[in-house]
Amino acid sequence: MTQLSVLLSLPASITSGGNVSSGETALFWVLAPLMVFGALGLLFARKAVHAALGIVLVMISLAFLYTAQEAPFLGVVQVVVYTGAVMMLFLFVLMLVGVDNSDSLVETLKGQRWIGAILGLGIAAALIGVIRTATFDQAKGLTAPNADSNPVGVARVIFGQDIFAFEVVGVLLITAALGALVLTHRQRLVPRVGQKERADARVASGGRLAPLAAPGVYARSNAMDTPALDPEGRPIEESVSRVLRTRGQRRSATEVEAQVGGTSAIEPAQIEPAQIEEGTQP
Amino acid sequence: MNLSNYLVLASILFAIGTATVLLRRNAIIVFMGVELMLNSANLLLVTFARIHGDLQGQVMAFFVMVVAAAEVVVGLAIIVSIFRARRSASVDDVNLLKN
Repeated sequence: MTQLSVLLSLPASITSGGNVSSGETALFWVLAPLMVFGALGLLFARKAVHAALGIVLVMISLAFLYTAQEAPFLGVVQVVVYTGAVMMLFLFVLMLVGVDNSDSLVETLKGQRWIGAILGLGIAAALIGVIRTATFDQAKGLTAPNADSNPVGVARVIFGQDIFAFEVVGVLLITAALGALVLTHRQRLVPRVGQKERADARVASGGRLAPLAAPGVYARSNAMDTPALDPEGRPIEESVSRVLRTRGQRRSATEVEAQVGGTSAIEPAQIEPAQIEEGTQP
Repeated sequence: MNLSNYLVLASILFAIGTATVLLRRNAIIVFMGVELMLNSANLLLVTFARIHGDLQGQVMAFFVMVVAAAEVVVGLAIIVSIFRARRSASVDDVNLLKN
């Protein structure tokens, strides 16, 4: 508890001239380049995970800056909500969608890259120009509103004049939770294909229903490369493995018969011409 | 150091977020660009609260954070459902309404 109270009662860091203390200046100049570096990582990183880590760096640095800017409550909320919840949600979705899902470099809109870069630089120039030319009041600091510690001061505003906005935000959060539930509910786009549907489709297509015949097994030749014979003595081409057929490593039944010196019922006339041509290949 | 340095930093971050939304194709990275813009707006609000000596700016930043959390939940749910239907997280592939 003592650490918390120390954190919540940070000394006012605005000096009489409206400038910040030298410690805060040093903190700013250390963190600001780091934040710009992390943000540029978002813009240029090839992998989405690296971009997410750059954003985490920016958000944690922002929490430091909030705490230095007399807003310790927002600093804690920044760590808890943004780096703790939002960025972890991003990383979970990256895991679901696929970490390797990197950008395509194909430009679908012509010149989009240059126009986008010019617009980004333009908005930076416009905003910085406005800030540099505007004159601000001398900074007042939050010493008086933070007199009872920052969370108490913020709570007085939230539960005082902004209570209606606070309740509306509660409704918004519940709506968002419901919306996420509804959106991620998996809806089946095509009907389910089960075993029965597959069997029906096979019968309807009119193809072979029974399993393929095993290759030929003869008395003195028992090999994968010889076709089986059907009841009429004709070779069944499908019985030889498709790999052997396309490689041309199949033997015909007549070849086997010649080697065996057979007494089988095969006669060359019964074999179709196409099969004889195939059979002549080694 | 003057407080306007914080405002310049917020402007730079906002511009980088804008460029990310305009240039990147991965929907998740585009979404992170939106988050970066919201964060830079928060930095602006906190700085102005300090300049004006009024906590209203911090309360506004708090509300921005809450709304951003709700927005992230719904947006990521949309990205996940699009990914399920189209097997892609690229904003270029969501072109069912084209032609």
